[in-house]
Amino acid sequence: MSTFLGMPAYAPRGVGHLRGDEPFPEAARTALANPQLRRNLQHATTTIRGKSGAVIAELPDWQELRSAGSALKAYTMANLPRLLEQLEERVTAAGGVVHWAADATEANRIVTDLVKATGEQRVIKIKSMATMEIGLNEALEDAGITPVETDLAELIVQLGHDKPSHILVPAIHRNRSEIREIFLSEMPGVDPDLTDDPPVLAAAARRYLRETFLSTKVAVSGANFGIAETGTLAVVESEGNGRMCLTLPETLITVMGIEKLVPTWQDLEVFLQLLPRASTGERMNPYTSMWTGVAPGDGPQNFHLVLLDNGRTAVLADEVGRQALHCIRCSACLNVCPVYERTGGHAYGSVYPGPIGAILSPQLTGVEDNASLPYASSLCGACFDACPVKIDIPSILVHLRNQVPHPRAERTAMAAAAYTMDHPKLYERAQKAARLAKLLGKRGRGLPPPLNGWSSSRDLPTPPSETFRDWWRGR
Amino acid sequence: MRIALFATCLADTMFPAAAKATVQLLERLGHEVVFPEEQTCCGQMHVNTGYQKEALPLVRRYVRTFESCDVIVAPSGSCVGSIRHQHAMVARQAGEEGLASRAETVAGRTYELSELLIDVLKVEDVGAYYPHRVTYHPTCHSLRVLRVGDRPLRLLRQVRGLDLVELPAAEQCCGFGGTFAVKNADTSTAMLADKMRHVLDTGADVCTAGDASCLMHIGGGLSRLQSGVRTVHLAEILASTEAGS
Repeated sequence: MSTFLGMPAYAPRGVGHLRGDEPFPEAARTALANPQLRRNLQHATTTIRGKSGAVIAELPDWQELRSAGSALKAYTMANLPRLLEQLEERVTAAGGVVHWAADATEANRIVTDLVKATGEQRVIKIKSMATMEIGLNEALEDAGITPVETDLAELIVQLGHDKPSHILVPAIHRNRSEIREIFLSEMPGVDPDLTDDPPVLAAAARRYLRETFLSTKVAVSGANFGIAETGTLAVVESEGNGRMCLTLPETLITVMGIEKLVPTWQDLEVFLQLLPRASTGERMNPYTSMWTGVAPGDGPQNFHLVLLDNGRTAVLADEVGRQALHCIRCSACLNVCPVYERTGGHAYGSVYPGPIGAILSPQLTGVEDNASLPYASSLCGACFDACPVKIDIPSILVHLRNQVPHPRAERTAMAAAAYTMDHPKLYERAQKAARLAKLLGKRGRGLPPPLNGWSSSRDLPTPPSETFRDWWRGR
Repeated sequence: MRIALFATCLADTMFPAAAKATVQLLERLGHEVVFPEEQTCCGQMHVNTGYQKEALPLVRRYVRTFESCDVIVAPSGSCVGSIRHQHAMVARQAGEEGLASRAETVAGRTYELSELLIDVLKVEDVGAYYPHRVTYHPTCHSLRVLRVGDRPLRLLRQVRGLDLVELPAAEQCCGFGGTFAVKNADTSTAMLADKMRHVLDTGADVCTAGDASCLMHIGGGLSRLQSGVRTVHLAEILASTEAGS
């Protein structure tokens, strides 16, 4: 007799940021109506695409690196239980404490309790997708603890009471005059004569953050990589603010998704080449911080690692969809996506936007809770080509569409269409009916819902006087 | 060579000119074209909308209709992409391993038009004449699923009288994406607006591509704008001759 243990479970509802308030098409409509947002997005994605393309073109072995990254991640997923236990053992041996969190609720409770135990009222945070995913900031605030984001873009989002719209550049939807307004109204102690000159804005943030770094005793981070072989964790970043958080406080708490593992130290060589070129378009990221447990007298003296599942095991159980766990959060797929470029990240509802979000969020929550996301793509394939670890995003989108509960009317229409297509005589009668539609006049403008989405901006073709097969028979 | 035509349901029903042109072009080049009448649709719309079970009979129909043919051609990168990359998967998903391996064999003999001309028939200059200013939109599935690369451009460059102008941001999707254009009509329209702007910037009087579906989308938008720019399938350009086709 077997007992159902409720595993693998999806990310729970009511906590974290994996579900939007409205389906993608509706949320996209709001974004599309904002011309400033579209200009900001187009400018930013075009710039990053150009930079990234140039540095990728420098490497003669880029395709081999992609294959290596893909193979390493596939190996990691196939050996995840063993590698996770190895990581736990090494981190513990190096003086760290490992916690296992089945979901967002558990992870938030673990982190909140750890901060409370220090007696501190404020934590500094390194930009981290995992803590955004679980809604850690809200959980900390509910416990009377103030989280301060220290990544510049994440700080802009936090001060603006906003949501991130991009994995790597969360304030991509903001331009500098909007950022100036946010700083003026929300940043403690800001100079009232602040201009929108980027160096001036950066200096204002630096002044505010330096004070915060020096006076805060607890930091919370995510991790880009966790090395099973050595128990080492790695954070890569551009600003150096992450380095401050990782070195100055007394206590460091790292929340890491269980898929962030790499088997050995040597494997980092592949990913540290892939990640910066695919993401920021740099040859090497400016700051690569790595730490292994606790080093007496140097850096944080208390280190906690929280390993987060929150639906990942459910993703791993899907033979096709599990590739989504290979993601290294470079956001190259966002930058090349023609849908993302026009809607921005908020339309996806989840902290994971763009093509990767469209395959990851529905799998973490169960497709029912993000049923519109697998359709938020024209299947153009640009994301697959751009992905540094070769995640076949279009195939996973198609796979997830096959799992989504379909609207009844659509289901009926699709079944009828398939039946017709499988009966050539019926098919020919349907072809003739299409020609009759011409009698409706006005070339098909004003189609009934749901087809009116087409005819609102595009004319339908005039049906031909004879089908191809009529012509073929008649010649 | 004896070549079987898979007209595709869209060209058969709405854009017969593309399928007719494929026949005329191949016959002009000295080949025999057959049209197995049991054919209907490749099932791509069903697969891509999440109806793999419903697509299964269409996969079976395609395999049965064409498995006796040595070479099959379709004037569509998208339909050939679906045949090559989805048919076996749909069969396997349904547990039909036998059908899956037959589907793989038939898919291996199915070519998009520019692939057939360049890779199988080894011809770049098809003897066409088309005195127009033309820009070419490389459809996503031709480009990134089939990897036809510059094959269509190589064919177009040999067409007498044709003034080929490069399309800016050519590799960006036009926003069609099958049912995407209906389910996400606003986003699709925004993508189309940029594609049309680029087409109009070229000053071309004809926009061509290897897929009737994308051309239906771009053409529907250009028609609504009353831009005067026409969309014409690649096959129709290649079939045109000085004497008229």
